[in-house]
Amino acid sequence: MEPGCSGSITNHSKMKYVILIHETAAEWNQRNDPAQASAYWGAYTAYGQALAEAGILRGGAGLQPPATATTLRLKDGQRLIQDGPFADTKEQLGGFYSIDVADLDAALEWAARCPAMQFGGLVEVRPEIVM
Amino acid sequence: MDPLIERTLREAYGRLVAILAARSRDIMAAEDALQDALMAALEQWPREGTPRDPEAWLMTVAKRRLLDGHRRNALTQEIVANWPMASAAQDHAVTTPLSDDRLELMLLCSHPAIDRAMHAPLMLQTVLGLNAERIAAAFLVSPSTMSQRLVRAKQKVRDAGIRFELPDPSVLEERISSLLDAIYAAYGTAWEDLAAAGPGRYLHQEATLLCKAVLQRLPTHAEALGLLALMRYTEARDHARRDADGAYVPLSEQDVQRWDRDILMEAEATLRKAAAQGQLGRYQLEAAIQSAHVTARLTGRKDPEAILQLYEALVQFAPSIGALVAHAAAYAEVYGAEAGLQLLDQLEPERVRTYQAFHALRAELFLRLQRFTEARIAYSKAIGSSMDPAVRQFLQRRLGTVP
Repeated sequence: MEPGCSGSITNHSKMKYVILIHETAAEWNQRNDPAQASAYWGAYTAYGQALAEAGILRGGAGLQPPATATTLRLKDGQRLIQDGPFADTKEQLGGFYSIDVADLDAALEWAARCPAMQFGGLVEVRPEIVM
Repeated sequence: MDPLIERTLREAYGRLVAILAARSRDIMAAEDALQDALMAALEQWPREGTPRDPEAWLMTVAKRRLLDGHRRNALTQEIVANWPMASAAQDHAVTTPLSDDRLELMLLCSHPAIDRAMHAPLMLQTVLGLNAERIAAAFLVSPSTMSQRLVRAKQKVRDAGIRFELPDPSVLEERISSLLDAIYAAYGTAWEDLAAAGPGRYLHQEATLLCKAVLQRLPTHAEALGLLALMRYTEARDHARRDADGAYVPLSEQDVQRWDRDILMEAEATLRKAAAQGQLGRYQLEAAIQSAHVTARLTGRKDPEAILQLYEALVQFAPSIGALVAHAAAYAEVYGAEAGLQLLDQLEPERVRTYQAFHALRAELFLRLQRFTEARIAYSKAIGSSMDPAVRQFLQRRLGTVP
């Protein structure tokens, strides 16, 4: 097969993406379950290291459980503060990584290796706004 | 404009868009730039004469439009700013022929990050220049809905930074498979003898062109060859599919004199070439089934066992509901109507509830077993599920013959 000779210059510009990790209740339990905790944290430590060693990691954080969340909104001019996360969905935001790669395909390849994929969660990839 | 030039440009449209999109990573900017260049051509060529190399001329003008860029975002700005500036002499020289990046463009359009339902519409617009109205009619949505969805898909390509270059070799086959599926979706159903041939059938030529574009870069891709063969087999019978009154004619009753023998030979040759690659797949099997049906009609020699074998293989590769129902029909040909009905009963009710071919087949099998009440009920369900008026009328006539 002959490649097309378009020779585009995508190497010259990188894009920033955030990998958002959405975890199921089972995964949240893994974190503290003595039988599963070391496998869980070991996987995420290794993943973060891989991103760093590839030179693409720009930031990120693991988040504490949904129960620790507090939501604020303005309703009828009143500031409403509520206990709990934004949405009552099956998967809850558990952490994120900010990476710097050439294009979406590269970001997806990295996202595919996120431990959440094997633990049963959901991984979302979103481009950051270019300021 | 000279009609020959016009046709050349129409054929080159996709290649030009592909090259521009490759550089800008922005399909909309590429299309806009090319449209501007086409308009400039329409204005200037009658006055100044047609250039020696019309495509190169358009490419030059379109590239400059991209540079002037009045619809770029920050990313495109940075990319185009890094282009090597072409010298004036280079601009108008006839150098190497323009590269064919249409495969990259088609793979882009069928990227998993884009809504699967938009793969075919995107390809039809960006590679063949079809407008939203035409595409909308084929996919049964309103033109404004299709327009919006196309814009959204192209924005996704640009804003999410989908890669234009060929995918990693490890995923290339999978991506080509998605691409072929999208072309097949643009073609419409080939299960015309059991299912409704909906409005999608009017994009036969376009889907064939897209498949041939794939084959230009991948001339020995077995499944692409298989898909082309499949589409040619269906195309060859196009004039026999409706009778003089526009009534639907199933394959078993078609007048073979109205089949296009040249296209059939092309289909056979393409299928042979596919088989020679030794990489069996879904589209080759579907084409082989078509071939077997055609041969049976032309020679008068039926081979239901061979056809069943092909279907058994097909449902392994691609157990679509169309394939499963057609498999049951082939099964019934070998093992009898009762056996066929049993197979149909094993299909998930949700998948077949509104599938016309399923009900039509059940009706035929009930009829063979002289279970007339059940046949009538099944025909009614088939009629209710039918999208094609000609097929509906055919089924109604069949219903009328039930004692």
